[in-house]
Amino acid sequence: MKAHLLSTADLDREGALQILDTAQELARVADMPIKKMPTLRGRTVVNLFFEDSTRTRISFEAAAKRLSADVINFAAKGSSVSKGESLKDTALTLAAMGADAVVIRHSMSGAPHQLAHADWMDAHVINAGDGTHEHPTQALLDAFTLRNHLADHISAPKQGSVGLDGLHVAIVGDVLHSRVARSNVHLLNTLGAKVTVVAPPTLMPLHNDGWPCEVSYDLDTVLPQVDAVMMLRVQRERMEGGFFPSEREYSQRYGLDERRAALLPDHAVVMHPGPMNRGLEIASRVADSDRSVIIDQVRNGVSVRMAVLYLLLGGNESALSEVNA
Amino acid sequence: MSAKVLRNVRPLGGELVDVLIDDGVIKAIGAKLPIEDAEVIEGNGAILLPGLVDLHTHLREPGREDAETVLTGTAAAARGGFTAVFAMANSTPVADTAAVVEQVWRLGQEAGLCDVHPVGAVTVGLKGQQLAELGSMADSAAKVRVFSDDGHCVNDALVMRRALEYVKAFDGVIAQHAQEASLTAGADMNEGEVSSQLGLKGWPRVAEESIIARDLMLVQYVDSRLHLCHISTAGSVQLVREAKARGVNVTAEVTPHHLSLTDELARTYDPVFKVNPPLRTQLDVDALRDGLADGTLDVVGTDHAPHADEDKDCEWGCASFGMLGLQTALSVVVDAMGDRLDWAGIADRMSVRPAEIAGLSDQGRPIEVGEPANLTLVDPDSTWIVDPIELGSKSRNSPFAGRSLPAQITLTLLRGNITYRSQKVAQ
Repeated sequence: MKAHLLSTADLDREGALQILDTAQELARVADMPIKKMPTLRGRTVVNLFFEDSTRTRISFEAAAKRLSADVINFAAKGSSVSKGESLKDTALTLAAMGADAVVIRHSMSGAPHQLAHADWMDAHVINAGDGTHEHPTQALLDAFTLRNHLADHISAPKQGSVGLDGLHVAIVGDVLHSRVARSNVHLLNTLGAKVTVVAPPTLMPLHNDGWPCEVSYDLDTVLPQVDAVMMLRVQRERMEGGFFPSEREYSQRYGLDERRAALLPDHAVVMHPGPMNRGLEIASRVADSDRSVIIDQVRNGVSVRMAVLYLLLGGNESALSEVNA
Repeated sequence: MSAKVLRNVRPLGGELVDVLIDDGVIKAIGAKLPIEDAEVIEGNGAILLPGLVDLHTHLREPGREDAETVLTGTAAAARGGFTAVFAMANSTPVADTAAVVEQVWRLGQEAGLCDVHPVGAVTVGLKGQQLAELGSMADSAAKVRVFSDDGHCVNDALVMRRALEYVKAFDGVIAQHAQEASLTAGADMNEGEVSSQLGLKGWPRVAEESIIARDLMLVQYVDSRLHLCHISTAGSVQLVREAKARGVNVTAEVTPHHLSLTDELARTYDPVFKVNPPLRTQLDVDALRDGLADGTLDVVGTDHAPHADEDKDCEWGCASFGMLGLQTALSVVVDAMGDRLDWAGIADRMSVRPAEIAGLSDQGRPIEVGEPANLTLVDPDSTWIVDPIELGSKSRNSPFAGRSLPAQITLTLLRGNITYRSQKVAQ
């Protein structure tokens, strides 16, 4: 694996599958009586969060701890934005403290890229969500979840590990501002799935010719064709930004209610990166229905993040032998 | 001994001649002039141009002397071949009164490296509401003729109309920074393919073009003079071309960086490439080059915008807009336009026309006997590698860092005095 995980666009099929396969092995740690392996003992992982995100932070924290890494949580209250400590000084500080990996969440697109490429520190950088750019571990856990749940509908490749070949996935909602959508469009495409993004035109990037996906403004026509539908969170500030007339209209046209969910093929699954706005982009009953794999996504998040930390910091050998040892 | 002979130089790329300079003016031009009591500067066949004139710089004084001062900015200007620069009004305090413009004017005179002409703010505090005392600034020692809220657009159509009308009394010109604010709130880079992938908020071309379209109508209606700062899009070039064809009194400017760089550079997330207006696409670059070649765009203006390290060494979203330009301008223009403009053409866009637009009588003049000796010498065959640490500016935010550029300035003369002399023409 490369030195950093900044964008799923940087992952080729082989690299992405290596992460998923490693995650598959490491998932077994969760089922062991003692959920811990010694692989990253003595290594320091810093969770550098410039933006609140309890779910992502505790997922990374659990992943690092299961690998026996020392975890430091650094909630940076200020950033250069609020005239607090600059990103540069924070990076220099972490380097001086001997961080081996920095998991960064930042409200500004590109901050992880700068942390990785500026001459500030040597640690491995993992992007845990940057602005409206990318959230690669979310896409990886989504791919992992799709692969497990839809195994019967995936075409097996001639050689190598199973990817997502033959699947069709819809990503629905605020595509324009979604880092989850950007990461998923790249990764799902790399793994062989067809992707359709669905949004009102105001929440779709105007210049999307280079995106490896189809674009639709009409959810009802897309749903019957897909194996999975991924609903994106609608941020409150989009309402105030005038991107759509009202929550009610958004919900009517782009929300996944029971009527719409019934348009899905029987085997199709419903996903959401969380946290959900129940009743806005997704109806409660759909979120809690049998076809919802939302809680599985959270569970798989820990395994995928273990795999990323393991591959960046640890070894090249199979993770399984470590578990058995 | 103040007399100098520039030996073996080619005015505007023409025949080899010697040029005798004394008392700040050109005294004689000819082959093998007698030397007598003059200092000889060997040109080795270098190109002699009129001193360059830049209608668009930010010298940061008063207010941000940590980023640039009039002294360091004009040092960069002299090294870039400039003999006159215009300092934009967005200093602290804003150059919106006779007192501030006279201060800037005086600082330039004291530095003595390059004439500094302050640009007056159009509105008080650049707020776009109330006209600044344009007449007082025009009547001051700085004799301001170019007015701009640069950094901000004069967004209100009525304020813009009044400004265009008011400056007719003293043959002023309004230099508009065209940016419809409501379309660019929070925007960081050109809106397009690249911004959609990088997750950076897009700055659409129409934000520039809609203001330009409106102002072209306004200036035609009130019969005044409009100058458009830093045109950045193919659509803007077309609007100006059509307006000129129907006789609108408009002039337009393009920066060296918009002639040469594209938004692909934002993929580095390196804020040195963050600028207002943003870098666009190759399609726009090509249209801007066409526009400069055919005269639709009258002048090159650098929009030299120094920033302290900490204002660029940060997240893209937090970083200040702007890049250095004075010392690289001629080289970048030669690189971008060398196959489209000859030396006379480059002198026209970088000296003659800017001087005409601003009403300077002693700059951008022909290289003839009796004319003021505001001159610069260019070695057309040399290349140099841009090292921000080596530049004259106090700041280091050059987007051309590490690039190899053609055409090095070797000598600059302001009224016959040497303001820059490279190692190559040392005695």
